[in-house]
Amino acid sequence: MAKLNINGTVRDVAVEPDTPLLWVIREHVGLTGTKYGCGVAQCGACSVHINDEVQRSCSIAVGDVKPTDMIVTIEGLWVGSSHPVQKAWAAVDVPQCGYCQSGQIMAAAALLKKTPRPTDGDIDAAMTNICRCGTYQRIRQAVHLAADAGTTGRRAQGG
Amino acid sequence: MQSVVIAKRTKLSRRDFIVGSAAVAGGGLALGMNVPFGIRPAQAQGAATEVNIWVAIKPDDTCVIRVARSEMGQGTLTGLAQLVAEELECDWNKVTTEGITPARNLASKRAWGEMGTGGSRGIRTSEDYVRRGGAAARVMLLQAAAEQWNVPAGDLAVSDGVITHAASKRSIRYGEIAAAAAKLTPPDPKSIKLKDPKSWKIAGQPLKRLDTADKLDGSKVFAIDLKLPGMLNAAIKDCPVFGGKLKSYDESKIAGMPGVKKVVRVKDTAVAVVADTWWRARKALDALPIVWDEGPNASQSSATIAGMLQDGLNASATNGDRRNGDAPKAIAEAATKIEAVYATPFLAHACMEVMNCTVKLSADRAEAWVPTQNLEASLAALSETSGIPLDKCEVHRIDLGGGFGRRGGTQDFVHQAVEIAKAFPDVPVKLIWSREEDQAHDFYRPISQCKLSAGLDAGGNLVGLHVRVSGQSINAMLNPKGILDGKDMRQLQGYSATPGDAQLGYSVPNLLIEYAMRNTHVPVGPWRGVNTNQNGVYMECFMDEVAKAAGKDPLEFRRALMKDFPKHLAVLNAAAEKGDWGKPLPAGVHRGIAQFMGYGSYSAATAEVSVSAQGKLKIHRMVLALNCGHAVNPGQIAAQVEGSVAYGLSATLYGEMPVENGRMTSLNFDSYEILRLAEMPKVETVVVPTYDFWGGVGEPTICVVAPAVLNAIFAATGKPVRSLPLKNVKLT
Ligand code: FES
Ligand code: FES
Repeated sequence: MAKLNINGTVRDVAVEPDTPLLWVIREHVGLTGTKYGCGVAQCGACSVHINDEVQRSCSIAVGDVKPTDMIVTIEGLWVGSSHPVQKAWAAVDVPQCGYCQSGQIMAAAALLKKTPRPTDGDIDAAMTNICRCGTYQRIRQAVHLAADAGTTGRRAQGG
Repeated sequence: MQSVVIAKRTKLSRRDFIVGSAAVAGGGLALGMNVPFGIRPAQAQGAATEVNIWVAIKPDDTCVIRVARSEMGQGTLTGLAQLVAEELECDWNKVTTEGITPARNLASKRAWGEMGTGGSRGIRTSEDYVRRGGAAARVMLLQAAAEQWNVPAGDLAVSDGVITHAASKRSIRYGEIAAAAAKLTPPDPKSIKLKDPKSWKIAGQPLKRLDTADKLDGSKVFAIDLKLPGMLNAAIKDCPVFGGKLKSYDESKIAGMPGVKKVVRVKDTAVAVVADTWWRARKALDALPIVWDEGPNASQSSATIAGMLQDGLNASATNGDRRNGDAPKAIAEAATKIEAVYATPFLAHACMEVMNCTVKLSADRAEAWVPTQNLEASLAALSETSGIPLDKCEVHRIDLGGGFGRRGGTQDFVHQAVEIAKAFPDVPVKLIWSREEDQAHDFYRPISQCKLSAGLDAGGNLVGLHVRVSGQSINAMLNPKGILDGKDMRQLQGYSATPGDAQLGYSVPNLLIEYAMRNTHVPVGPWRGVNTNQNGVYMECFMDEVAKAAGKDPLEFRRALMKDFPKHLAVLNAAAEKGDWGKPLPAGVHRGIAQFMGYGSYSAATAEVSVSAQGKLKIHRMVLALNCGHAVNPGQIAAQVEGSVAYGLSATLYGEMPVENGRMTSLNFDSYEILRLAEMPKVETVVVPTYDFWGGVGEPTICVVAPAVLNAIFAATGKPVRSLPLKNVKLT
């Protein structure tokens, strides 16, 4: 049994404590936007935010997650799916098959939260998720675009 | 303020597909087929009227365009919709798409044509009939309006789905006239004159994809995400040695593990554990003691396989050739001789979404949900293994999380899923491969070696070229009928004398190109770009070696051989020009160039690289030029080119599947490394369509990626790279 706070909702899940958080999210909670790609913390398809840090959920045992840990999945990233990263992804037409993109978007959102105006070097270091369709060039473009939009947005709010 | 918005239209999703289909069935029009989907309940909006098999229109003017090919990220769905919409003259902002299932196609005598999506054929082999479909619908809509107003159809104009009669200032929208149009006799599609691409307004434009919105918020349902009532999950292990068998397993050791329902023997080579969740199935499978009968192939290794290939480089008999003049003699008598042996390894596809398939079998009905590049082949596999007749089978369409050639011809995952589902009548069972299983049981890009020899005369002109490819045959594995009289020309893809699919762009007075088939025990299959990958590396890297021996610039050396091949040459020139060939570079940066043909399209590339004193490679910039005949969506073409660079560079830098004890050893991304964003060079795409043929897009450019980079490294270090991947090559 585990108590999890996912996207702001606390729930109890009946599951063995060594189950990877990824599979709890997908199979017990039923949120399938978080993907399985490798299971060994290599690809980032399973990326979620835990207390605002991007984490690879395939390699975290659910037993190690505290009830107070705030887990955010792609489904809970932003109400109305209009996070600046999601908007930028649409504007640049980033996704091809789309399978890796939940993870990419979660990684980009975490990067921008910490580093609102990332350099190419910051993007290189933070965006280590695998995309087999090869959307990397557009991901880089979209991260910059989201950064621009984010900054504009804050200014508009009067800061 | 905000510079970007998500287009509202892209929110139209699978739900609209269902509405369209259900409406067609309910309306009792031409195709009274029931198209179940089973993921989300249909929401009635306004019924769509089927004007013809490609086009259905709703009262609110939404144009539902039917698509038969699979979408795996390559953008075919959007491109095909653009072609139909172009001829239909509808409002692009009101276009949505509906996928055809294979049972529906079959029941309609394959009205929607071939469904296979491979070989970069998605658009080039359906463009004619889908455009005629769109045009025929337009003719019917115009005719219906003409009859309603009692005016000649020729006096009407149409734009963005609104028909107007200038003289009487009347107008009517497609949504208002569709029902009347559907009652008319369709025109003979052959009588229709298609638009000149010069007047295209929707096709030819870099429009956004139609299928993006649900990829941004996690709501897109891939087959691996499927949830069906009562569904069970299966994990599988096939004998790690290809050709080996399952001997036994000890079920008692996993008795009582949570969620486990059953252990199922799958044919005589594999075992699956079925549980309530996939994770529990996998955990139990990992705990299950299994004894394999590994068979004789267990003694095979990368070294034994390399030995077979080396033998083929020198053997007397071959399995196909092309020749003119007498190359061996010309080379023997040449002033300068150059010889080199190249090698490329087995490669896994590593689709981001692992192989999976969900099957539900009842007494008289079989259903599958599967990411597949060939829906009809999946349907056939479902019927064959279940024993349920084809007309009682259905394969539901779901977009793929990558394909790259893995999910077309073999359908091994469907056969397995059906075998497992047989143990659970009336219960849907979802089989998911682990990444390790996916790496261990692929149909790999075939391994090969190539010996090349060339002769130059005293003036540095190429007088003879001899190419001997020794390697595994895809046809021998998957399509024996493709081998005629022991000759398998597919393995010489890219070296063809004749125009069409993959013609060699050089004239050499004495030329001999040969193939020696050496089949290993490892299964092989098509891998994005197929044999143009290896053959492109061999030909194009060797060209640079020969050019250097001739003391000539690699571009000039090629140009001199390409006078008879204006299309190849034009693309090479485009890459050279946009790639700034001959212009100064920053210190330490070097350029390479390559050109090759595949899938009916012409490709060329330049690469700019630097190699540090420690041998560290950095790829700064690549320029790729492509003539694919017609450019249906330049934005999506650029996306495919960028993707082909990433896929090609993963192979160039890291890709190899070594064999030890008869099995694969690189079973996850820690050992089978994939290119990451930080290593992605700046890619510039130059599309130079000549509009006199239809070529492919998804695959053509990958074959010039590795050679352009390797030639740049050659320019940087002075040493040719003759075997891949680069991670095994010292560049100092
Ligand atoms: S699935 Fe977690 S990193 Fe790949
Ligand atoms: S978009 Fe297909 S794997 Fe990234």
